[in-house]
Amino acid sequence: MTLLMVVPLVLIIGYLFYQAWPILSLDFLLSNPKHGMRAGGIWSPLLGTVYLVVISLVIATPIGVLAAVFLNEYARDNWFTRVVNLAVVNLAGVPSIVHALFGLGAFVLFARLGKSVLAASLTLAIMTLPVIIASTKEALASVPMAFREACWNVGATRWQTTLHVVLPNSISGILTGVILQVSRAAGETAPIMFTGAVFFKAIQAGHLFAYGLFDQCMALSMHLFTISTQVPDVPKALPYGTAVVLLGTVLAVNTLSIVVRIRLRSRRKW
Amino acid sequence: MTSGSMVEMVDLRARYGRREVLKGITLDVHRNEVLGIIGPAQSGKTTLLRIINRTVDDIPGAVFTGTVRVDGEDVRQVKDVFALRRKVGMVAPMPVGLPLSIFDNVAFAPRMAGLRDRDQLEERVERCLRQAALWDEVKDRLGSLGTKLSGGQQQRLTIARALSHDPEILCLDEFSIAIDPVTTMRIEDVLKELRSQMTVILVTNLVQQARRLANRTAFFFNGELVEVDRTEVIFSDQPASRKTYEYVNGIFG
Repeated sequence: MTLLMVVPLVLIIGYLFYQAWPILSLDFLLSNPKHGMRAGGIWSPLLGTVYLVVISLVIATPIGVLAAVFLNEYARDNWFTRVVNLAVVNLAGVPSIVHALFGLGAFVLFARLGKSVLAASLTLAIMTLPVIIASTKEALASVPMAFREACWNVGATRWQTTLHVVLPNSISGILTGVILQVSRAAGETAPIMFTGAVFFKAIQAGHLFAYGLFDQCMALSMHLFTISTQVPDVPKALPYGTAVVLLGTVLAVNTLSIVVRIRLRSRRKW
Repeated sequence: MTSGSMVEMVDLRARYGRREVLKGITLDVHRNEVLGIIGPAQSGKTTLLRIINRTVDDIPGAVFTGTVRVDGEDVRQVKDVFALRRKVGMVAPMPVGLPLSIFDNVAFAPRMAGLRDRDQLEERVERCLRQAALWDEVKDRLGSLGTKLSGGQQQRLTIARALSHDPEILCLDEFSIAIDPVTTMRIEDVLKELRSQMTVILVTNLVQQARRLANRTAFFFNGELVEVDRTEVIFSDQPASRKTYEYVNGIFG
């Protein structure tokens, strides 16, 4: 019965690959969409997705990890920390379209960033932050209390204890949590639709720094939506090719997280 | 000042929420003595140690009143609680090797206190491991993990770590409950060496351990100090309290 779970995954991937096969090539990755999205490649949306994911995690990871360190290592159990913990749990459950509206109001309009890579990244950062906090907290909590007490007993401060003993021994869990958010940030369409992603934007094909922080950008998830539903007469292989790239990126990142976890686990120290 | 009391407690009371665990303890620990503290579980022995180095602060809901002076300084008013903790070496019941190399385990406290010099660190690590009778077993593998040592070795590593910040008081909290009798005897030999150099507070469930090691022994029961006297008196036929006699002779507890 459990094996049946594998069947849908294999079917989906197999079907996608079958449909996308004619179009998959390096050139497909490295060239821009052409002829009103009916031909060409996906460089522009691919690079846009990379930008959004990297920038949002560069913002969310330090804040999330430090917040989790505060909640788990410093905060006492009082009404304030309970409210914060409750907020984290609830925020993690807010639908992404609501994050999108918040991003539109707060970053695009109020902060006057306009529809831009930065506004969309900030929105994605807000969306991933609570999950990063929750997973980091769990990783920190898995370090036995006895280690902390042993450090305090020899006169180490809480920060020294966190830096030298707790963080090095929870880093695999923290990284796993962060990397899993890569796939979530890459896959979400709603939060970036209102805040930075556009229907079409031509950039220099194959150029890595083609987007600026305040430019609008394309993104894979949004591009897939556009060419599947908004543009008539798109060759059938094109959306499937885009889907394969998106799925491939996500699966590659998830695999990376598993590899990282196994590598760090094998160096487990107790 | 080399004479007088290392630790003075006057009417020390402590409670966790509503539960009172120390009910007015007045007790002095003399310089360079071994004070044994015996008594059944729940009699407040561990709490007493945690107040001395102020790690009681880390227990939610713990409150203490009364005066505790370590080396003449009121623990409640110390400016640098981390310096106070370095003055007190603490060995917990369960052996804890930190997930660091053996060398780093012992060098941890000096490093956190700001010692960077490699030669001094090496000298300190070797001295502490020798004092804890662990040096000969680990000198060829100082880079391997402290957590991979056996329980008895880890407990000696814990003692080495407790000595690494040059404490004036060494507190041992039931150090032998997780290790075998042979290792226990080795550590007791270590303590016999150390007691000429520092003040030792030995909390133990094994009354005979207090008899073997302590100059004076205090009997705690239910958060109260029943009596404290020279060890010979506590273990004689006539301690001041009938309860003490019954406890050390295994009639109850």
